[in-house]
Amino acid sequence: MVTKLSEVDCVIIGVGLTGAMLAKEMTMAGLTVVGLERGPDRRPQEEFVLPRIRDELRYQTRMELMADNSVDTVTFRNTSDMTALPIRRWGAFLPGEGVGGTSNHWGGSHWRYLPTDFKIRSVITEKYGARAIPEDMTIQDWPVTYDELEPYYDKFDKLCGVSGKAGNLKGQQVEGGNIFEGPRSDEYPSKALKSSAGALMVAEAAKSLGYHPFPLPFAAPSAPYTNIYGVTLGACEYCGFCGRNSCEANAKASGTINVMPVLRNEPKFQLRTHAFASKLVYDRQAKRVTSVLYTDMKTGEEYEQPANLVILAGFVFTNTHMLLYSGIGQPYDPRTGRGLVGKNYCYQFEAPANAFFENKNLNPFMGAPGDAIVFDDFNGETFDHSGLVSSVVAMSAPAAALSRRSAGAKCRRKRPRGARNGRRRPSSGTTASLISTRKARSMPTARTTWTSIRRTKIHSAGRYCV
Amino acid sequence: MAEIKLPRREFLKGAGVAGASAAAAATGLTACTPEAATTSSAALAVPETRLVITPEENAFLSAAVDTIIPADQLSPSGTDCGCVTFIDRQLASAWGGGAKMYRAGPFLKGTPEQGYQLPLTPHQLFVAGIRAANAWSQKTYNKTFDLLSPEQRAEALTAMQEGKAEFDAFDSRLFFQRLLQITMEGFFSDPIYGGNRNKASWRMLGYPGLPATYADKVDEYRDKRYVVAEPLSIADFS
Repeated sequence: MVTKLSEVDCVIIGVGLTGAMLAKEMTMAGLTVVGLERGPDRRPQEEFVLPRIRDELRYQTRMELMADNSVDTVTFRNTSDMTALPIRRWGAFLPGEGVGGTSNHWGGSHWRYLPTDFKIRSVITEKYGARAIPEDMTIQDWPVTYDELEPYYDKFDKLCGVSGKAGNLKGQQVEGGNIFEGPRSDEYPSKALKSSAGALMVAEAAKSLGYHPFPLPFAAPSAPYTNIYGVTLGACEYCGFCGRNSCEANAKASGTINVMPVLRNEPKFQLRTHAFASKLVYDRQAKRVTSVLYTDMKTGEEYEQPANLVILAGFVFTNTHMLLYSGIGQPYDPRTGRGLVGKNYCYQFEAPANAFFENKNLNPFMGAPGDAIVFDDFNGETFDHSGLVSSVVAMSAPAAALSRRSAGAKCRRKRPRGARNGRRRPSSGTTASLISTRKARSMPTARTTWTSIRRTKIHSAGRYCV
Repeated sequence: MAEIKLPRREFLKGAGVAGASAAAAATGLTACTPEAATTSSAALAVPETRLVITPEENAFLSAAVDTIIPADQLSPSGTDCGCVTFIDRQLASAWGGGAKMYRAGPFLKGTPEQGYQLPLTPHQLFVAGIRAANAWSQKTYNKTFDLLSPEQRAEALTAMQEGKAEFDAFDSRLFFQRLLQITMEGFFSDPIYGGNRNKASWRMLGYPGLPATYADKVDEYRDKRYVVAEPLSIADFS
């Protein structure tokens, strides 16, 4: 028996940073908003406090803030001819759960795309010729440009109180920042964090080789900062517990810290936690989603929430799964290359290396991602790929099974896709589709297939990990 | 500080999966105070209550953690540091019972990239693994693992690490990996979980513990060793 509720203007599925931000904007525009969050409420002043937040076992190792795999998971494989198997406990990528979602436990590296990233297919074709892009590589241009997006990047920076140093202010190159970045309309809201001893070594080495080091843009202010919604953020404490943890200093950007304090008081907003959205009700003729079906996980009761506007703001797999399961859009078919739903999922990839210096005192427990020095001289189209592009090899994607510390080392080189049998095969890319592995709510699970990755960003050693 | 070469160091390096903390330990970074090696023996006088592990499992785990972490200049032994207590409590916890873990089928042998695919919870995996390890030890050495000499234990663990020990249900490498992992967790985690007694590993590493608020110390201690008189745990602030 499904209880039908009265209509609201807007339903947002997933109250992470994206969901909270959109809810705030929608209520400011006068709309009534319901936020459906499948996890619990997260109350920073109760949970993300000293001393309990400094529990490495609970947060880092046992992954307290991640989605519950017993309720929902995805399956994983590297190629289309493999049998995808369930991820039983998260490994490489870590969807969050509860208010604030993944933003509660992200590391806070706060990058913008390079202007060329938005038109990557055109740029590569223009610079290196059409043959430079293998037939099975599905990269394409975005329908928006950097310049169109810049005001929103700037607004987002000011939501998060990002610390950093601009390298391109309104087209003027600025020494000490990232000279390869797109033009910024404004300086970072907060000054860059203090650099660590290790970071300064990287800076010196990079400079001596003619590269252009700069402080890593970081989604936490270096001094108290009041954001665009009037929320006052704290300053980074260099505690060393960023990724997988939440921030005790009220500094690292997350839905809970940056938006919820004001959203909670908004009368037009209603937060429903433990509300597991399962399906969109889709009017095929009108091509319109009319409501959302969800289960109250505290009681098991099912509800239908009609709305004029439905926003998918979950983790990428949740959103894709929702579309596939609700029969919306054309699922991507790797054999024909047709369809968009589930196509081209991308994941960041790093190949870390640790170095030990006998006569240095790096105090590796002290720091934050933002105390690193990085350089972008080998990112995207910041350098000439001539002679490199045609020899691109597909690499296996970060695997579910690998810990963050060994992911880089286990990356395998494979023959270029399509090289077998002397002919090119249609691409699969990295995709998501449905298979019949059951998850707790008797729905098929999203199946992910992970293949080629080829961009690398060179960072200083990730030395903030405890 | 001069590096001290130790069998443990070689053992952990060989383990290959030791991760950053153990790697830091392996380089003999710092702050081994002489007291650290002696202070915890008093605590051992009281027999410990176990929550879930059986006497056989207790004997196996004690022998295993003392092989991985022998008492030496760097720290007391694994058992003296509370590693077995830690493991017992973890296996009795919601995590040990498979909480937040996808436990339905299909159960197929996947590729290494597809990760753990057995139906066993961590507790069940250790129960089965310890039985298999003892059965293999009995067959190979005519003794259960806990009765082997220290050299034989190291040899037996190495055989498991390399997948050369034949287990009935699953690869001994998986068991070794989990055993090493949970031993390191017990050694390095905050003492509130029953391991890392007297913060022995934190002293060894020179890890100050809590509160870890360093904004006012970053400049002062850039390339200068930051030392505290006494590392602090969660319990010290509670």
